[in-house]
Amino acid sequence: MNTSMSWIKMYVPDLDVTPQEYMDGMTLSGTKVENWAALDEDLEKIIVGQVKEMEKHPDADHLYICQVDIGGGETTQIVTGAPNVHLDMLTPVVLPGGKVAGGHDGTTTKGGITIKDGKLRGVESHGMMCSIEELGTSREFYPEAPEFGLYEFEADAGVKPGDDAIHALGLDDVNIEYEVTSNRVDCYSVIGIAREAAATFGKKFCPPEVKVTGNDENASDYISVEIRNRELCLRYCARVVKNVKIGPSPKWMQRALASNGIRPINNLVDITNYVMEEYGQPMHAYDLDKIAGRRIIVSNAEDGEKFVTLDGQERIMDHDVLMIRDAEKAVGIAGIMGGEDSMITDDVQNLLFEAANFDGTNIRLSAKRIGLRTDASGKFEKGLDPNNAEAAINRACQLIEEFGAGEVVGGIVDDYENPVGERRVPFEPEKINALLGTELTEEAMLKYLASVELFQDQETKEIIVPTFRQDVYRTCDIAEEVARFFGYDNIPTTLPSGEATTGKLPFKLRIEEKARDVAEFCGFSQGMCYSFESPKVFDKLRLDADDPLRNAIQISNPLGDDFSIMRTTPVNGILTSLSTNYNRRNKDVRLYELGNIYLAKELPLKELPEERMQFTLGMYGHCDFYDMKGVVEGFFAQIGMHNLVRYDKNAGKNFLHPGRQALIIYDDVTVGYLGELHPEVAAGYSLAGTRTYLAVLDLPAILPFATFDRKFVGIARYPAVTRDLSMVVPMVIEAAAIEDMIRQRGGKILESLDLFDLYEGDQVAEGYKSMAYSIVFRSSEKTLEEADIASAMKKILNGLSSMGIELRQ
Amino acid sequence: MNEELRKKLSQVVEKTVSNLQSAGNLETLNEIRVGVLGKKGELKQLMKGMKDIPAEERPRFGQLVNEARDKIEENIDFVKKNLEKAAMEAKIASESIDVTLPARRPEIGHRHPNTIALEEVQRIFVGMGYEVVEGPEIEYDEYNFEKLNIPANHPAKDEQDTFYINKEILLRTQTSPIQARVMEQGKLPIRMIAPGRVFRSDEVDATHSPSFHQIEGLVVDKHITLSDLKGTLAEFAKELFGPETKTKFRPHHFPFTEPSAEMDVSCFKCGGKGCRFCKGEGWIEILGCGMVHPHVFEMCGIDPEEYTGFAFGVGLERIALLKYEIDDMRLLYENDIRFLRQF
Repeated sequence: MNTSMSWIKMYVPDLDVTPQEYMDGMTLSGTKVENWAALDEDLEKIIVGQVKEMEKHPDADHLYICQVDIGGGETTQIVTGAPNVHLDMLTPVVLPGGKVAGGHDGTTTKGGITIKDGKLRGVESHGMMCSIEELGTSREFYPEAPEFGLYEFEADAGVKPGDDAIHALGLDDVNIEYEVTSNRVDCYSVIGIAREAAATFGKKFCPPEVKVTGNDENASDYISVEIRNRELCLRYCARVVKNVKIGPSPKWMQRALASNGIRPINNLVDITNYVMEEYGQPMHAYDLDKIAGRRIIVSNAEDGEKFVTLDGQERIMDHDVLMIRDAEKAVGIAGIMGGEDSMITDDVQNLLFEAANFDGTNIRLSAKRIGLRTDASGKFEKGLDPNNAEAAINRACQLIEEFGAGEVVGGIVDDYENPVGERRVPFEPEKINALLGTELTEEAMLKYLASVELFQDQETKEIIVPTFRQDVYRTCDIAEEVARFFGYDNIPTTLPSGEATTGKLPFKLRIEEKARDVAEFCGFSQGMCYSFESPKVFDKLRLDADDPLRNAIQISNPLGDDFSIMRTTPVNGILTSLSTNYNRRNKDVRLYELGNIYLAKELPLKELPEERMQFTLGMYGHCDFYDMKGVVEGFFAQIGMHNLVRYDKNAGKNFLHPGRQALIIYDDVTVGYLGELHPEVAAGYSLAGTRTYLAVLDLPAILPFATFDRKFVGIARYPAVTRDLSMVVPMVIEAAAIEDMIRQRGGKILESLDLFDLYEGDQVAEGYKSMAYSIVFRSSEKTLEEADIASAMKKILNGLSSMGIELRQ
Repeated sequence: MNEELRKKLSQVVEKTVSNLQSAGNLETLNEIRVGVLGKKGELKQLMKGMKDIPAEERPRFGQLVNEARDKIEENIDFVKKNLEKAAMEAKIASESIDVTLPARRPEIGHRHPNTIALEEVQRIFVGMGYEVVEGPEIEYDEYNFEKLNIPANHPAKDEQDTFYINKEILLRTQTSPIQARVMEQGKLPIRMIAPGRVFRSDEVDATHSPSFHQIEGLVVDKHITLSDLKGTLAEFAKELFGPETKTKFRPHHFPFTEPSAEMDVSCFKCGGKGCRFCKGEGWIEILGCGMVHPHVFEMCGIDPEEYTGFAFGVGLERIALLKYEIDDMRLLYENDIRFLRQF
């Protein structure tokens, strides 16, 4: 919503604040001013001048030397190349040292252009006569200005040499842009904003006085109205104007419209636009002579009904769109746009004004479906006050009479079967104070309320809410009105009293915090990826056609195919990020992410899906599979998971290297997987030049095992005995099998084992590998004797031999 | 007493002492020690002459030998200590390093700026007794809108540009549905914050992202007032942006709070004088807040006559971008390590 300052002052004549004060005050009382711009910001020393003498420049064909009367008996010499310069013309003149906003081609220069004394082809020139473009505006708003050349004040402008030209043109004004919240429908009008301004600054509010207009005929003799869908059309007001005289509207109205960014066109269009801005009520004018049967019928469209709107476009309706019809045909889409057939043309004789009230939601949805959003629909969709329609149509007729634009027929056809009345809200001052934390008196509250026309019924003590306030229903709404004008700034600041509560982080979030700590200490930085991605991801990851991960939840209105499904795996996100880094030549990158995947219980979705938090790690550069494995186990140790972690190489992840992948299994539960990226997938992510490792941990699976409980078990008091074991092992035997055997046979006194050498190659027979473990024995009860160790070692050696492992002594 | 033996004894002592004085290192010292005190050392040799001494003089001679040994050992110890000290000093002197050579730094990863900002906010509110809770990212329309006083066809539903899965299920556009979920559980009083990911149908650019984060706050108790809301959020702003931070509350509209407000903080770059950072205004918009709407209470089964409450919602990215002066939102989701390493 925009208004000019001058338009606000029409209804708040005593308003005497600077634009900055206006902006601050309005914003603090709830009508947020987003921006304001002084129209004359870059204009200085511009007065009205009159050309008294002119002669051709001796050295240039297209230049004239003019003697210009600048008032006060002074004349100045100005050289101009303007094609329309002529004797006695009154035109804006910028004096030397003054500023204009831009060039005559319509380009503006921030800060303006300073005009200095100068010489044109050797002839002195003091100042410049201006076109409308040089004053920072355009012919759109000043239709009387010539296409090329100087702006000329018309005879009826009432200006004389020396007058302030900026004022004469109405450029001494400020354009204000508001952010109106959706609950304040009344503030989508100049009157509504002015009411707020008057209350904010404590000034008198003077809305326009609308006098009853019209001749002694009756509109009902000219037109009848029938509403067939009262749900969508609450009210329809119609008035008639005879003997229409189309012409320009008065300058003050043109200026008012221009200051709101609306182009003046002719008196009829300008009046409807003016009243729409002033009252926030859209109106439409029909050529009455083209309304068949002099009947207006408001009813729904047929599915597929075609209609040509006044912009000449044919549009297709459906049965939810409300139409305005005459006895034979459709003449307008209700609240959106009129039809071409009945539009006002220059030779209109008689016209029909419509000011109606249509259901906001229906208008909004219809405009969206048809793909035609207009100024009118923009107003209607907010849900207007039906009581405003009558005031607006009468205001328009009053202006018609004032401008002599036609003969207004008396009376109004007003179909308003279910009038909306004022609401009443109990006045509860204690509750208001209790909600706000204030100690205001009843009188103070009532004064604030009255400033926005919320008056108290003396008898019932209730607050009467006028129908234009569609946001005030209960005490909290009244409290807000009190708070707004008391000033949010004046409300004290306190802290909640009452029962103390313990601040805490839930267990899941504490585990996530630990995951971040471990990842970061292992050199991984945190990334964040989108929750939605492209369905193409599944092919990129080589997932089988029937892989359940493909059962992704689809967004019905995505930003595009690339963001159309909710991810079922975090792998694409981390790979995309690694790829970005790799292609930007960042070396040795390690990233992790904590984010949800979304798994539907059934598709299409009937209930909320499962959201599973995934702790995903990815890296490339100087690292390998076992580094990643170490990070996983390091994390487990930090969250109290000290049991043996098992790995199953049959992980079945198509996007990982078939020989370098494993499920991570803790206490028989699969809690995640890790592996090296499959070369083909790597190529798809432009990661072919490096090896990439991934680990994905499923936090919901891990949480039941995680704990922050710690128990001290003492430090061993007896010495440890270490034995080294070197062996030749058939290639097929995995380390885990050997370690299981050592653990099982080592018994209680086995403290730890550590692989310290692994060799495959020339020195070892084909199909074998050489491995060496260091085994540590210790008892918590005594110093171990040689015999204890020997017995344990014997069991271990026998066990290993039985596996086909050859021991080296 | 055999004069000759006695003389020899004192010669051995004198010679040894003089030899010790010129011993330059521990090896020489050891050679000297072995030469005098060793099994075949000079003292032992002299002791062999004992048998030629009359029996009555032997104890006297033995005493003299012991005295000589003591003297020699004393000298050896003294010289040894000096030599060891010198050796230690020489070693230390030879071990100086260039302390300005580059450090060997372990690569420690970096937290995402969003997380850093979130953890700061969490720390502040947990310290004030707030519990952190979570809610689903894919949410029912009912919780995201209806229970927040945004009925079907409310224009706010359009404004928020919602991603829908189907008519009933959507990607939450705000963390506010968690308010309704917590209130429905009926455990009062409530002091909670709820951080999380939210989604709006905005094209990606420098200031928009279809996915971002909010932190919701909710306090419900008896006698909670708008002034409590102001006080709490003013404290929060001071903790987050520095003790000099001023706050300004402007009336605003949210369907699920009444009265509602937006909070601005004084620009922490210029202190409120106006700079490029705050677009010359001196104030920066930070969050939306308000008193919980009684109808929202009613829908969640809480009696608005007995309880009041306040709620607020902060954009996490907004705070991260402002606080860390990040000029393009896209950087937050690219995960370029050169960006992440700066946090």
